[in-house]
Amino acid sequence: MKGSVFFIGACTVVLAGLALTRLGVNEYYFFAGYVVLQFVVLATAWNILGGYAGYVNFGSAGFFAIGVYCSIALTKAFSLPLPLLILASSIAAGLIGLATGYLTLRLRGVFFAIATLALAIVLETLVSNWSYVGGAAGTFVMRPKTVIFFDSYVEFLFIVMLVLAVSSVVIARTIERSRFGRGLRAIRDEEVAAESMGVPTLKLKLLATTLSGALMGAAGAPFSYYVTYVDPPSAFNLSFAVNAVAMPLIGGTATWLGPLIGALLLGSIQQIATVTISSELNLLIVGLTLIIFVIVAPDGLVGAARRISKWVRGN
Amino acid sequence: MQPLLLAKSVTKRFGGFTALDHVDITVSSGERLGLIGPNGSGKTTFINCISGTLRNDSGSVFFDGADISTLPAHQRIRKGIARSFQIPKPFPTMTVRENILIPLEFGSTKSKSQDRRSPDDVLDLIGLTEKANETAAHLTQVELRKLELARAVAVDPKLLISDEAMAGLSHSEVDDILEILLSLNAGGITIIMIEHIMRAVMHFSERIVVLDAGQKIADGEPNTVAEDPRVQEAYLGN
Ligand SMILES: Nc1ncnc2c1ncn2[C@@H]1O[C@H](COP(=O)(O)OP(=O)(O)OP(=O)(O)O)[C@@H](O)[C@H]1O
Ligand SMILES: [Mg+2]
Repeated sequence: MKGSVFFIGACTVVLAGLALTRLGVNEYYFFAGYVVLQFVVLATAWNILGGYAGYVNFGSAGFFAIGVYCSIALTKAFSLPLPLLILASSIAAGLIGLATGYLTLRLRGVFFAIATLALAIVLETLVSNWSYVGGAAGTFVMRPKTVIFFDSYVEFLFIVMLVLAVSSVVIARTIERSRFGRGLRAIRDEEVAAESMGVPTLKLKLLATTLSGALMGAAGAPFSYYVTYVDPPSAFNLSFAVNAVAMPLIGGTATWLGPLIGALLLGSIQQIATVTISSELNLLIVGLTLIIFVIVAPDGLVGAARRISKWVRGN
Repeated sequence: MQPLLLAKSVTKRFGGFTALDHVDITVSSGERLGLIGPNGSGKTTFINCISGTLRNDSGSVFFDGADISTLPAHQRIRKGIARSFQIPKPFPTMTVRENILIPLEFGSTKSKSQDRRSPDDVLDLIGLTEKANETAAHLTQVELRKLELARAVAVDPKLLISDEAMAGLSHSEVDDILEILLSLNAGGITIIMIEHIMRAVMHFSERIVVLDAGQKIADGEPNTVAEDPRVQEAYLGN
């Protein structure tokens, strides 16, 4: 796909979303769509480090929650507009990503994964004891009464998340085709050789952790306006960490398309299950799907599609 | 004349085990040096300390007159030190050509891309042209060793270190690689060759250094070194 075609496609998606808010569609769809799009951002962000560089982050919920609480704190202190909250949240989560990366990226494989998990736990403990943002009891967040252009605040939040999702995908695709992306791929394939062949491995990994963290933080920034009541278990929800890993793996980690498809598919299934059965089932669904994919299509849907099309052409 | 590479009292320990014990090695610009020694004598460890894959615990490494002991590996290759890995470390999901593009893009001594070698030239030189679009995971051991050499040559190094690039190759393939290394050397590249195939080392080297149990036990003309009783004992005692 050419760059210009892709860019026009990305803009079209946002415009289509805007048009949808003019059609008088039931507000529930925007409410559910928000969650799916939020997963698109998380999965795409996770894949920048996990898929492109091969470093598995189990602490996505921690980075998401940094965004959530950064924006709660800033709202209480200054009542900033949402775009500024998103910017500030992504900077905060990016910086914490950078610091975590600096402390842990020397750890390979499973040790890095454990370190990221530990980070999320430490952050949750800290936030639970920070009374300004509600502590363990949680806090209510008032949505702004009115919002220009949109009929409801949920529609506005839907569009905000749509813009974040489209931006994340554009960023991921840009990375994939850049020198930075090629360096990450070399790191994932064989890090010692990459370093000895001139790839500045530490620098690239830090950049990936920062970007990945920043996008997760951005996804968390509007969360408090969406749920209007936030406590640590909801912001640090296991669902974020698990889905951020599972969606790219199910879609395929090699390209931007994998996390996008994985998030749309698995996110929608979970939304449907929440309405028709119960949200209690969601993690079970994710877990089972993941197991099936690890066995049947270890390179995800995108990889499986590639193999099938190769096989068809071969015949 | 100032040597191209100067390793001064390089020492490397793994836990309580001393893999390199105060090793001094000097290499002049344009030289062909053979580095030999029994299995486990520290040859690869020495190369790792020179190329930055490992940090030596004490001693220092000078290249082109500058102390590079604390530089990370990715900066050392840009200064001109390129090495092949004894146990090939390809980028398995990439094609052979993509494998060569990584050092070309990231590790070349030439900062301008138009001055760099073309990947096809490198493939042609090492004899991998037919495998250009093959995924590295599908290569044979012999092809992987050639790929190792190709990636090192790609960056236009000043010093090329070949760590057993010829293991497992047939007689005529060994001759092919020897010819490539000799022509690279004729083009001005200094070469350190680690090899167990004595025929190749004796033919190639202007000077030979022998390591045994982490210590340098001989350093001189190939024929003198081959007749050195300490060297013969090191090999026979193994
Ligand atoms: N990363 C490491 N950790 C612990 N010990 C190591 C490590 N690398 C090498 N060694 C040990 O250091 C010694 C020297 O190993 P090295 O690989 O340098 O030998 P070599 O001369 O290259 O041998 P060969 O001819 O078999 O390639 C060996 O005893 C080896 O077991
Ligand atoms: Mg060795």
